[in-house]
Amino acid sequence: MSIEPVKSAPQATSAEPTGSAGPVLQVRNLRAYIGTPRGVVRAVDDVSLDLDHGQALGVVGESGSGKSVMARAIMGLMPGRSGCSGEVLFQGRDLLSLPRRQRAEIWGKQIAMVFQDPGRSLNPVVRVERQLTEGMRRHLGVSRGEAHTRALDLLREVGVPDPERRLRNYPHELSGGMRQRVMIATALACEPTLLIADEPTTALDVTVQRQILDLLRRVQRSHGMSMILISHDLAIVAGRTDRTAVMYAGRLAEAGSTGEVFGAPRHRYTHALLEATPTITHERHAPMRLITGSLPDPTDPPAGCRFAPRCAHADTACSDPGPTMTSVGADHQVACLRPAQTGTENLTGGELVGR
Amino acid sequence: MAGSGTAHLRGEEALLSVRELVVEYPTGGGVVQAVSKVSFDVLPGKTLGIVGESGCGKSTTGRAVLRLDRLTAGEITFAGERIDGVSENRMRELRRSIQMIFQDPVGSLNPRRAVKDIVVEGLAVAGAPKSERATASAEVLSQVGLGSERFADMLPRQLSGGQAQRVAIGRALALRPRLLICDEPVSALDVSVQAQILNLIEELKAEFDLTVVFIAHDLGVVRAVSDDVLVMYLGKVCEFGDADLVYDQPAHPYTRALLDSVPLTDAARGFTGPALEGDLPSPLAPPSGCRFRTRCPRAEERCEAEEPPVLEIRPGQFAACHFPLTPVTLAASATPADTAVEPEPTPIADATPTPDATLTAQPTPTPEAEPATGQKTTKVRSGPDATE
Repeated sequence: MSIEPVKSAPQATSAEPTGSAGPVLQVRNLRAYIGTPRGVVRAVDDVSLDLDHGQALGVVGESGSGKSVMARAIMGLMPGRSGCSGEVLFQGRDLLSLPRRQRAEIWGKQIAMVFQDPGRSLNPVVRVERQLTEGMRRHLGVSRGEAHTRALDLLREVGVPDPERRLRNYPHELSGGMRQRVMIATALACEPTLLIADEPTTALDVTVQRQILDLLRRVQRSHGMSMILISHDLAIVAGRTDRTAVMYAGRLAEAGSTGEVFGAPRHRYTHALLEATPTITHERHAPMRLITGSLPDPTDPPAGCRFAPRCAHADTACSDPGPTMTSVGADHQVACLRPAQTGTENLTGGELVGR
Repeated sequence: MAGSGTAHLRGEEALLSVRELVVEYPTGGGVVQAVSKVSFDVLPGKTLGIVGESGCGKSTTGRAVLRLDRLTAGEITFAGERIDGVSENRMRELRRSIQMIFQDPVGSLNPRRAVKDIVVEGLAVAGAPKSERATASAEVLSQVGLGSERFADMLPRQLSGGQAQRVAIGRALALRPRLLICDEPVSALDVSVQAQILNLIEELKAEFDLTVVFIAHDLGVVRAVSDDVLVMYLGKVCEFGDADLVYDQPAHPYTRALLDSVPLTDAARGFTGPALEGDLPSPLAPPSGCRFRTRCPRAEERCEAEEPPVLEIRPGQFAACHFPLTPVTLAASATPADTAVEPEPTPIADATPTPDATLTAQPTPTPEAEPATGQKTTKVRSGPDATE
């Protein structure tokens, strides 16, 4: 199938980027605490970041790092919002304090989301056409005929072959890759300003993952959208974003331009994570470098740097007072008191416990 | 892709030999041939990695060896004994020597039994007395890094994914198997935990002289542990050979495409090569000839008409492709394998094959072609500090 970018249909909304240099999204001291029987889980604990118009931000971290909860908190999808504090300024408006009705106007229209499992996030008993056109009809008030034409254009743009037939399909009649393309088309339907993709390719095979990642980057650029790409896989974020934020146990460990974060990582956790990732050039039977220990208890995180208990470089200062986000380059911040030296292109530090 | 054929087999020295394995599942829409005439050998003490995308038959192949799925046809030989037709009783004995660990570590453990009992479940089935089991239990748990007292009485749901996988490995190990089949053992785990489990499997393999079949979709993981690699697509063998050869100089276009699709942690490059187009065809109606031809950049008419046999591309490397990325070198192996009477054991394991310089015409990966996009607002600025 060829992926023919189709000039997308009418810009019926005012969601067009203003082109101003200002950030489209400013997250300030965001906290998302979740009450559980075992105590309060501090899923996101004091995270601040900015995202500019037209930029792609990658958020990486292992499970329990808080990356997905952060995305939901930004969208205002956390149940009850009770556990969220801080500010999420979207084009100047704080989404956390906005009444639900007004937030609903933003969902799908100005901020769209693509989830990990396209099989479960599409309605199984509704044909593709209605799922694609629902948002347009609601938010843009276009006619049925117009919505149909636009749906066809969108499916072509995301590389779905035979779009007329696909519009009449139910989600189960599509492959995983096709469903994710439909999800992306649905997200694009109202020309959102911000697209949040939460593990969009985790359920997909590697060759299909590749197609979807290429597609996301292409539509993000051609539509001039901002994008937050969330993944547990560092490599997925590396080649497709402008900026990267690394999360660990609810906090930001490191953030900066993607080139800096991957080319010259400073935080010990980023380092360790990159070293522990098996690559296709791994030497046969060579032991994997690993991170000893496990994630801290999210209900009772350690004081100071949360990675300190697993870090070979930690000393007492790391727990008290602990690090704050500090600038280490033009566009590079790190929360580490014992950061790795710059220029350590090859990551063989020897500091990590081997086997 | 490929094909059937036996040119790549190692014959009698193998601990496990699979010949022309066929596994079919009847479904409402017809018969799915999940594994279609797949043959391979695993040499003692070595690790065979099986890679491929979902639906390629890699898990079914692993399960068929243990006869967890019924085989439709084919021969399986383990330690010189034909095991594809043996009685269920004999198979039960054999399963002590052939153990398996699965992808979902928590789900593969009995949720209502304590860790110390789970790891010796196999011994209990085999009729070992209680006192022996207790000793074995403690020993095995310490071998898999769960020696601490507190783990013994835990239930699976109290364990993390990595700990649960250690228990599953311990359970397999308790029976002192000769062959360990690992089906996606680390794909449900986080990167840092994944590395721990991979190292554990490698250590135990050396300590207990295990032979391993390692099934995974992650090419990086397979590279780290495998001596030989078998690449499968839609139930067929695409490529087989020494792991270094297959990864560094893939001969089959599908192997090339798989490797090119692996995202790199290199911000400047992203991927090594161009993307593969299209989707996996339906396994109910696989394409004629080479099953990969519908997505293959090199496919020609011949690929539709004729199924490519597995041929030796260079010493130690075999591919089922009419138009491999490197020329077929050995005249002997140019005979379609299905006409060959007896597979020649090829001396690959001991000789580190140094590919002839003249044969290493490697296709240079073309830089990723950025599709022409609508010129709207493609300028990406790096803005002010995004974090504080």
